[in-house]
Amino acid sequence: MKFIAEINIMPLKALLDPQGKAVKQTLHNIDFKTVENVRIGKHISLEIDADNKQQATEKVDDICKKVLSNPVMEYYEFTILE
Amino acid sequence: MKFGVVIFPGSNCDQDMVYVLKNIMKQDVVELWHKSTDLQNVDAIAIPGGFSYGDYLRSGALAKFSPIMKSVIDFANRGGLVFGICNGFQILCESGLLPGTLLHNDNQKFICKNIYIKVENNETVFTSLISKNRVLKIPIAHGEGKYYADKETIKEMRLNNQILFRYCNSDGEVTTEANPNGSIENIAGICNKNKNVFGMMPHPERASDENLKNIDGKIIFESMINTILSKI
Repeated sequence: MKFIAEINIMPLKALLDPQGKAVKQTLHNIDFKTVENVRIGKHISLEIDADNKQQATEKVDDICKKVLSNPVMEYYEFTILE
Repeated sequence: MKFGVVIFPGSNCDQDMVYVLKNIMKQDVVELWHKSTDLQNVDAIAIPGGFSYGDYLRSGALAKFSPIMKSVIDFANRGGLVFGICNGFQILCESGLLPGTLLHNDNQKFICKNIYIKVENNETVFTSLISKNRVLKIPIAHGEGKYYADKETIKEMRLNNQILFRYCNSDGEVTTEANPNGSIENIAGICNKNKNVFGMMPHPERASDENLKNIDGKIIFESMINTILSKI
């Protein structure tokens, strides 16, 4: 079966996110002053073949751990769609 | 002494490294292509700067899985000498051969300029000839050079004397103003626990030729060669 994984990889909350900080500053400068926080990460969408949803979830988790994210600076979360 | 210089698609300091090792330091040098697994019996391996695999995903993240890196990691784990400059440092961190990682510079800019560093531990293969009070002027050229590791890791690195270089001012004072990229504790270069793998963000190979009017970086190569030749 084919599954689609929608993966978000974000900088760890403990780390300063200079991109997010710069975007927040710009938003304030153009009068979107109610924006309180911006954090910028990556979105990765991948198609994967697996026998069932659980197997797809396990594979994607392994891929995120080994390749797509670096735990020293990032965390990830994903959803699996059929 | 025989050096291997690893070349990935997107490496761009590889020929500077080859030139310095071969023409200035007068050593044997072979180029190690990323698709190969043969290290050609080298005594030490240099991972040069650049943008390996376009730095896609994260700096160094894809290079880590190349065929040559499998051999480099085995070589390092057997005690072989490996050093990485700039992108090479990022690759060594991604590969798990060095602790921590390199984040975007605090100011979000690519910084290309001369900075100053001083040695913290001069009892390693890579720093043995550098006196403690000497300040080295060496250029940096990076967008992601902010060294980061969690508190526990930094504490352990301090205990094991793994912090080799810190950014300082021209008087050798380690200050916040002298830190070009926001690196934690002004860290510019580190080594692993076993002291056989070393990485730094500044480019000593760009400060080793008389024609460039700055040869402060040369002492790092001299240290390495001197220590190894004295053991043979």
